[in-house]
Amino acid sequence: MTYFPEEVVEHIFDFVGSHRDRNTVSTVCKAWYQVERLSRRTVFVGNCYAIGPERVMARFPGIKSLSVKGKPHFADFNLVPYDWGGFALPWIVAAARLCPGLEELRLKRMVVTDDGLELLARSFPNFKSLVLISCEGFSTDGLATIATYCRGLRELDLQENEVEDHGCQWLSFFPDSCTSLVSLNFGCLKGEVNGGALERLVARCPNLRSLKLSPAVSVESLNKILARASHLVDLGTGSFAVDHRTDVYHMLMNSFPKFKSLRNLSGFWDASPCCLRAVYPVCTSLTVLNLSYAPAIQGDDLIKIICLCFKLQKLWVLDSIGDKGLAVVASTCKELQELRVFPCDIYGAGTTSVTEEGLLAVSSGCPKLNSLLYFCYQMTNAALITIAKNCPHFTRFRLCILDPGKPDPVTDQPLDEGFGAIVRSCKNLRRLSLSGRLTDQVFLYIGMYAERLEMLSIAFAGDSDKGMIYVLNGCKNLRKLEIRDCPFGDIALLKNVAKYETMRSLWMSSCDITLGGCKALAAKMPRLNVEIINENEETYEFEENLSDLHKLEKIYVYRTVAGPRNDAPDFVWTL
Amino acid sequence: MSTTETGNSLTESEVSGLDYEETQLTLAPPEGSKSEPERKRGFSESVDLRFGRPALEAHAKDPASGSSDGPVSGAGKSPASKAQVVGWPPVRSFRRNALRSCTYVKVAVDGTPYLRKVDLDAYAGYQQLLTALEKMFSCFTARDYTNERRLVDPVNGAAYVPTYEDKDGDWMLVGDVPWKMFVASCKRLRLMKSSEAVNLAPRTPQGCANAR
Repeated sequence: MTYFPEEVVEHIFDFVGSHRDRNTVSTVCKAWYQVERLSRRTVFVGNCYAIGPERVMARFPGIKSLSVKGKPHFADFNLVPYDWGGFALPWIVAAARLCPGLEELRLKRMVVTDDGLELLARSFPNFKSLVLISCEGFSTDGLATIATYCRGLRELDLQENEVEDHGCQWLSFFPDSCTSLVSLNFGCLKGEVNGGALERLVARCPNLRSLKLSPAVSVESLNKILARASHLVDLGTGSFAVDHRTDVYHMLMNSFPKFKSLRNLSGFWDASPCCLRAVYPVCTSLTVLNLSYAPAIQGDDLIKIICLCFKLQKLWVLDSIGDKGLAVVASTCKELQELRVFPCDIYGAGTTSVTEEGLLAVSSGCPKLNSLLYFCYQMTNAALITIAKNCPHFTRFRLCILDPGKPDPVTDQPLDEGFGAIVRSCKNLRRLSLSGRLTDQVFLYIGMYAERLEMLSIAFAGDSDKGMIYVLNGCKNLRKLEIRDCPFGDIALLKNVAKYETMRSLWMSSCDITLGGCKALAAKMPRLNVEIINENEETYEFEENLSDLHKLEKIYVYRTVAGPRNDAPDFVWTL
Repeated sequence: MSTTETGNSLTESEVSGLDYEETQLTLAPPEGSKSEPERKRGFSESVDLRFGRPALEAHAKDPASGSSDGPVSGAGKSPASKAQVVGWPPVRSFRRNALRSCTYVKVAVDGTPYLRKVDLDAYAGYQQLLTALEKMFSCFTARDYTNERRLVDPVNGAAYVPTYEDKDGDWMLVGDVPWKMFVASCKRLRLMKSSEAVNLAPRTPQGCANAR
C-alpha cells in the first residue's frame, strides 16, 4: 500500500465506514494515520471526558458530523446528580474554531445552554442537522436562534430533553425562506406551540418526511398539517383526544387514508380509543408504532390496532397490552424485530401488566426478534430458557422485573439458569440488563458465554465479589458496566484493573466500595479518572479526614487521555 | 408487594413523619414539582426505608443471604418495598413525567354549565379529593353518611354522589377501591345527583372498610 499515492489510499478509506475500522486503520502507520485523519468525516465520542474537544478537532479538521455523549446512562434514572457535568459548550467552542465545516451535531445526555445553541447557530454556515437526546439546560430561546441562523437546516430532532419553556414563538423564527426541513421533532416540549407558524412551516417544506409534534399541538392543528404534508414517512402526533361528536374528529378520521408513504407512527399523547381509529387505514404499511405514551388505550383497543399491523418491525407499548395482547402481536407481527413494553403504572397501584407468558408468546411467534426491553412483574427460568431457544438472535436483551430481587415464582429459585440460557444461546448479544433474584452463578455464565457483550446493567444481584470478577475476567468486548445495589467490594474492583482501560466506563452505586479501594485503583491506573460522587454534605466538607474504610455511595470510573476534568462540581472528587 | 395495603393512604402521615425526611427518597424527577403529594402517595406503606440510603448508614442487606447456597429465602437483598428505591424501576424521567400528567381528570357536576379539571396526583386520598371538590364547586359541603361520601348543596339540599368512569368505561362509585388504584383507573369524575345514583351497585362492607 505504500506504493499508492495518497489520493488512492484515501479513496480506499472511503469504503471503510465504521468508527472502529477507521480507528484501526489509523494505527497501521504514520502515512495511513495522516490520510485517515484528514479524510475522516464522522467522529463519535462515547464519553465527553475521555478526550478534550480541541484534540479531537485538531486531529480531524475535516469532520462534518460529530456525536458526543455526556452523563453516564444511570443519569436517566436520577442516579447522577443534576450538575455532575457533561457540558456541550467546550465542544461547540472547539468546533467553531477548528471545524467550521461541521454539518451535523448529535449530543446525548449533555448540558446544552442557550448560549451554546446560539454559538452553534452562528458558527457553521453549512450546518444541517442537530440531534439532542436526553439533554437539558436550554430553553425555547435557544431553539429560536437555531431557527434564525441555520440557513438550510434539514434536521432538528429533540428527543426527551428537558427544555425550559420561554414561549411559543420559536417556531416563528424559521424565516420564510426556510424550505429545507426534512425532519422536525419537538415532541418533548411542554409549552404552548404556535399552531399557525407550525402549519406554515410545514406547508413550505416540501421535503419534510419526519414530523413529531408535542402534546400541546391540538388535533385541529394536526388536521391542517396533515392536509399539507402527505409525503410524511414518520409522524408523531400531538394531542390525540377529541370528542367524537365534533367536526374536528370527523376531519381526523378522514386525514390518514391518503398517506401512502407513512411508515412510522408515534406521539399519541393522551390518545383516546376512538381517536386511535383514525390511523387504522395506514396500519397495514406501518413498520414502527409507538403507543407507549397512551395510557388510556387499553388491551382490547391495542389488539384492534395491532391486528392490522402485519408489517410491524418495531413496537413500543405499555404493559396494559397484557399477555393477551402480546399473543396477538405474536400471531400478527411476523416481521417484528424490536419490542419494548413499558410499565404503565410506575407507582404500584396494581393494574394489569404482563408476565412471562406474553414474552414467551412473542418469542415463539416472531422469529426476527432481536431487541427487547420488557418490564414485567415476574419471570421464570423455564420461560427464559424457552425464549433463549426461540430467539437466538437477540442483540439487546433488557429485562426488568419490577420487584427487585424477585425469584422465579414457580420454583422460588434465582434466575441464574434463565439468563444463563440467554447468554449461551444468543451469541451476538451486545447489551444485557438483568433483574430478579440472581446469585454469583449468573455472572459466571455471563463471563463464560457473553463474548460479544458490550454493555451490562446489573441491579440488586450477586452474592459476593466473585460475581463482578467473573464478568471482568470474561466478557472480552465489555465496554460499559453499570452496577447498583450489589454486594461487590474492593476485592472485585481491584482484581482486574487493566480491564478498565479496555472499557469506556464503570459505574457502581450502593455497593461495598470503599475510599481506600478507589485510592488504590487510582494509584495503579493513572489513565483512569476515578470519580467519587458524594452527595452527602456532611462528609464532603471533611474529605481529608475520611478514613479509607469509608464506604462510597457512587463511583464512576472511565478511561481518559485528558486527565482529571476541570469542570467537576464540589461533590465530585477525582482521585 | 401487596396492593391491598394501599388503602392506608391516610395513615401515612403517622408513618411518614419518621424517616422520610432523612432518606429523602424520591421517585420524582429532579425538578420535583410536588414534594408534598409524593409523600402522601403511599410510598411509605412499608416501614423499611433503609434501602438506598447513603453509605454512611448500615446497608440493609441481609447478612444471612451473603454467601449461603441454600434455597432462596426471597427476602435476600431486595428492599421491603420496591417503591422506596431511588431510580427504580429504571424508567426515564421523561416517561415518568409524561405518564404522570394524565392524572388530570375532568369533573362534571350535574346541573352546572361547565366542567373543571383536577389532578388526582395532588391528593393523598379520598378525603382530600372531596374537600378539594367541595372548594372547587364552592356550594357543597362534604358530608360523611355512614361511610358513604356525599356532597350536599346547602342551597337546595340536594345530595350528590361522587362517581367516576374507569378505564373500562364503567361508571363506578367513588371510594370502593384503594386510593392509588382509583387514581390509576379513574378517567373522569361526575358528581351525580343521588336520586340518579341509586342504580350503582351497592357497596359491600369490605368496600367500606377500604375506603378510608
